[in-house]
Amino acid sequence: MTTDAPTAAGRGTVRRLAGALHRMPRLRLTLLLTAPLLWLTVLYLGSLAVLFVSAFWTTDSFTSQVVKVWSTDNFHALFTTPVFRQVVLRSVGVALAVTVLCAVIAFPVAFYTARVARPRWRPLLVVAILTPLWASYLVKVYAWRLILSEGGVADWMLAPLGLSGPGYGLPATVLTLTYLWLPYMILPVHTALEQLPANLLDASADLGARAGRTFRSVVLPMVLPSVAAGSVFTFSLSLGDYITVQIVGGKTQLIGNLVYSNIELNLPMAAALGTVPVAVIVLYLLAIRRTGALNSL
Amino acid sequence: MHLGRTARITLRIGAGLGFAVIYVPLLLVLVNSLNPDRSASWPPPGLTLHWWSVAAHNSGARAALWVSVKAGLGATAIALVLGTLIAFAVARHRFFGRDTVSFVVVLPIALPGIVTGIALNSAFGTVLAPLGVGLGLFTVIVGHATFCIVVVFNNVVARLRRTASSYEEAAMDLGATTFRAFADVTFPLVRSALLAGGLLAFALSFDEIVVTTFTAGPGIETLPIWIFGNMTRPQQAPVVNVVAAVLVLLSVVPIYVAQRLSADTATSSRV
Repeated sequence: MTTDAPTAAGRGTVRRLAGALHRMPRLRLTLLLTAPLLWLTVLYLGSLAVLFVSAFWTTDSFTSQVVKVWSTDNFHALFTTPVFRQVVLRSVGVALAVTVLCAVIAFPVAFYTARVARPRWRPLLVVAILTPLWASYLVKVYAWRLILSEGGVADWMLAPLGLSGPGYGLPATVLTLTYLWLPYMILPVHTALEQLPANLLDASADLGARAGRTFRSVVLPMVLPSVAAGSVFTFSLSLGDYITVQIVGGKTQLIGNLVYSNIELNLPMAAALGTVPVAVIVLYLLAIRRTGALNSL
Repeated sequence: MHLGRTARITLRIGAGLGFAVIYVPLLLVLVNSLNPDRSASWPPPGLTLHWWSVAAHNSGARAALWVSVKAGLGATAIALVLGTLIAFAVARHRFFGRDTVSFVVVLPIALPGIVTGIALNSAFGTVLAPLGVGLGLFTVIVGHATFCIVVVFNNVVARLRRTASSYEEAAMDLGATTFRAFADVTFPLVRSALLAGGLLAFALSFDEIVVTTFTAGPGIETLPIWIFGNMTRPQQAPVVNVVAAVLVLLSVVPIYVAQRLSADTATSSRV
């Protein structure tokens, strides 16, 4: 093994280097942080900064060339064009509807997995929730495309009632997005319910509260921050989506689609439109910070 | 909480419905891949494995699969290195701006993919294009790595917070150098967290479509891009059905392995 045995001089260098690293924690920290911070700040934050600056540029309508002169025309158009306002409102509405639906479906599931199911089964049930989380996004949307297609499962199930499925459109979009982000809501609610101290519930019962009252006065206030935490995902993921809308949304337009359709023709306008979901999400995060939800993310 | 009989039954039914909502669509994808018909009408007129053999010979899907694997491996490798470095910095050092660093790591996945996508796209266009580097597999890997860092970071930081640094100190008291202590003590402690993080990073990259759309050059087609492009073509429907079914079956693997590797790490969330 002569080849891997380091020479005495080499070993000395390594030892000195190791000693230096050990004595100088600042140097160690600098070495740890340089590469990742360069990547994230220069590449990522830099790109974002360029994008937001370009929202203040314009596009020459004759040549389709970007004109790099500061102007607030894009934002002016954003606030004054009725179509834009409609789409923004619709997008926020969809994101809120998805969030509420997710919370309503998540609660019984999480309550069951955390407190009603036999303790032996609980970890398995959590895995059962996690697995579809990692199933492909596109495949899940595709599944709903199949269900909602003409003559698909939805039509077949509703036919005996004399009804037909919703087809592709706004309801289909809300339904599919709810399905996509549901696990993000179930998991935090499950964790919160699991950590709920049993003696609080006993105390509530001892004081004469029925299940409904205990739920309202004890369970709900303690679980609400987790619902808020889950809603960060359901809300922001819904707000930025445009692929699902393209697949099951029919003619529906959300803010993501507007951004997408402007990228080729008018990048500055697309950038300005892109600031809308970012701003809404930041406002949402600020509003939700009051509930303490961000600490449990 | 003492629940009455009715409450328990209602909850059981509610949970059962919830689980049905989660699983029925995925099962439908599996059944539909056996549908002999080209249309997605329900119920299928019969079951056949014919389209599975057709799909196995589909060169477009196969080529896209390889591009996805290459992009996933590249992004995972970069994310493993960068995510681990930040995790060590955040978990083992106190410094000004530590919270900001954790926030910046999460940002690429918290913001809508389309924003990240056009930001990277325009940056690559203005900075790399003049240098003669066009969009291609390389830019896809760079884009994916940016948002994969967070899953590696989460897994490793969770593990480091659970293991005290006293092990390393003990090794060094016994005469080990910093490197030696890392190789013999620290690395074995975080190894399974690295594996879990890497696996989840790969899964995340494999599934990504939006950022890919904006960072892939012409001719670079990952599997999600291929599926998206072929989803609305009736001619390709049976092959898309089979590819979708394969992805449903495969999605069980990373979560299973990640669960086995580390029960304590952040497999549950993307943040």
